[in-house]
Amino acid sequence: MNRFEYIRADSVAHAIQALAAPNSQALAGGTNLVDLLKYDVARPARVVDINHLPLRSIEETPDGGLKIGALVSNSDLAWDPRIVKRFPLLASAILAGASAQLRNAATTGGNLLQRTRCYYFYDPSTPCNKRQPGSGCSAIDGINRIHAILGTSDHCIAVHPSDMCVALAALDAIVHLEGPDGRRKLPFGDFHRLPEDRPQHDNTMQQGELITAVELPRSDFTESYTYLKVRDRLSYAFALVSVAAALRIDAGAIAEARLALGGVAHKPWRDRKVEDWLRGKVPDESTFAECAGSVLRHAKGHGQNDFKIELARRTIVRALRQAAACMPQDQADKVVR
Amino acid sequence: MSESFTPVGMPLTITINGVRRSLSVDPWVTLLDVLREQLELTGTKKGCDQGQCGACTVLVDGKRLNACLILAVSKDGAEITTIEGLAHGGELHPLQASFVERDAFQCGYCTPGQICSAVGLLAEGHAHSRAEIREQMSGNICRCGAYTNIADAIEDVLHEGNIAREAAE
Repeated sequence: MNRFEYIRADSVAHAIQALAAPNSQALAGGTNLVDLLKYDVARPARVVDINHLPLRSIEETPDGGLKIGALVSNSDLAWDPRIVKRFPLLASAILAGASAQLRNAATTGGNLLQRTRCYYFYDPSTPCNKRQPGSGCSAIDGINRIHAILGTSDHCIAVHPSDMCVALAALDAIVHLEGPDGRRKLPFGDFHRLPEDRPQHDNTMQQGELITAVELPRSDFTESYTYLKVRDRLSYAFALVSVAAALRIDAGAIAEARLALGGVAHKPWRDRKVEDWLRGKVPDESTFAECAGSVLRHAKGHGQNDFKIELARRTIVRALRQAAACMPQDQADKVVR
Repeated sequence: MSESFTPVGMPLTITINGVRRSLSVDPWVTLLDVLREQLELTGTKKGCDQGQCGACTVLVDGKRLNACLILAVSKDGAEITTIEGLAHGGELHPLQASFVERDAFQCGYCTPGQICSAVGLLAEGHAHSRAEIREQMSGNICRCGAYTNIADAIEDVLHEGNIAREAAE
């Protein structure tokens, strides 16, 4: 681990001021940053501990949504009665991820900022455009079983590893940021980015900015939803493919659909054209199959991850079936009913 | 690569197993290393040191966390309980007794983490079935594969707690 200066911020303003120095990193739960420090992947000159900032509450918003402080832990969020009742898709996605210990430590803001688990990103002895811009991508012709099938570039095929973010994408969350130039809000879909030719940038945050909250607009996806995660073992593993699906069904037809995929791209993958196409359709197998084919029309494998295209197709169909039947995936026993 | 950097010991006050300790700790040192190296509380184990195995699980302000992923300086003022702090007056914690009773280990290396994790699980109160115990204990790996007996041991204490609660009502 490299040596760094440690600053304990006592206010948001203090944190922003301290983060203005080049090569500074904010420390919240530490579940990813401390790991990256040990691997020598993160080498900050300064670590700003933001754990004492007053960002640990969940508040009602005027429109009937909730504003989640950036330091609310993943477990406090998943088990909050308001989240369980009004945003069960989010609760389910959070509980599908990591372990109880990690969820106790990991924060809302930190979950958005976790880095990819690409093997080469974590191995400083290999080229990686995300870790060292311009050095090349070892995964494209390497071990890429866990890598992206959508939105990749010639520079990077890494995936964003979060489960929580897949649900936040489906729920049209809003990210609240504060930085040297003041406050701003970003739609969730504009927060993470595709790799293109700058894979070192996971998101569109500016230097010195801090996530202060994540807002959930009011929504009614409390029955016809599911978070279906497919992985190599039953628990405590990153998604090969995951699907957050939420439907509003009116008089036997789909009135509104939300569909977001995890484990397949550099960001949670949403296809609004396909969601629009679903509107008015009968929620049956042929609709779901056509929808899945459409979402994956540009999917591209890199050898070892070719199987993910078919896996994603089946996972989308099954998730939509679960959502339509009001049978969300159980995150305890994982039995598909 | 070695770097020359003067240690910058920072003051850290924590309560470990009920005893308040004032320490001087470099900011890049993990809570796990402070427990094992500075305080000689070696019951907490270093397994993967990357948050993947759960052998280092301790209770920080009542919540189970991986001590290997915590910079010690970030827990100034915290109350920490390790496996050494669970027994009281020579009496084992019910989970410790249950692990013995159910033979819930083979080599024992993961056991302190398993037990601290199970203490956290019971305090959280979200596990009501064996499937939920298994799921909520998935952060603790046992390479000997004693999972069946570990789940048995936790299930016993969960049910004893329920019976005791019902009797009290």
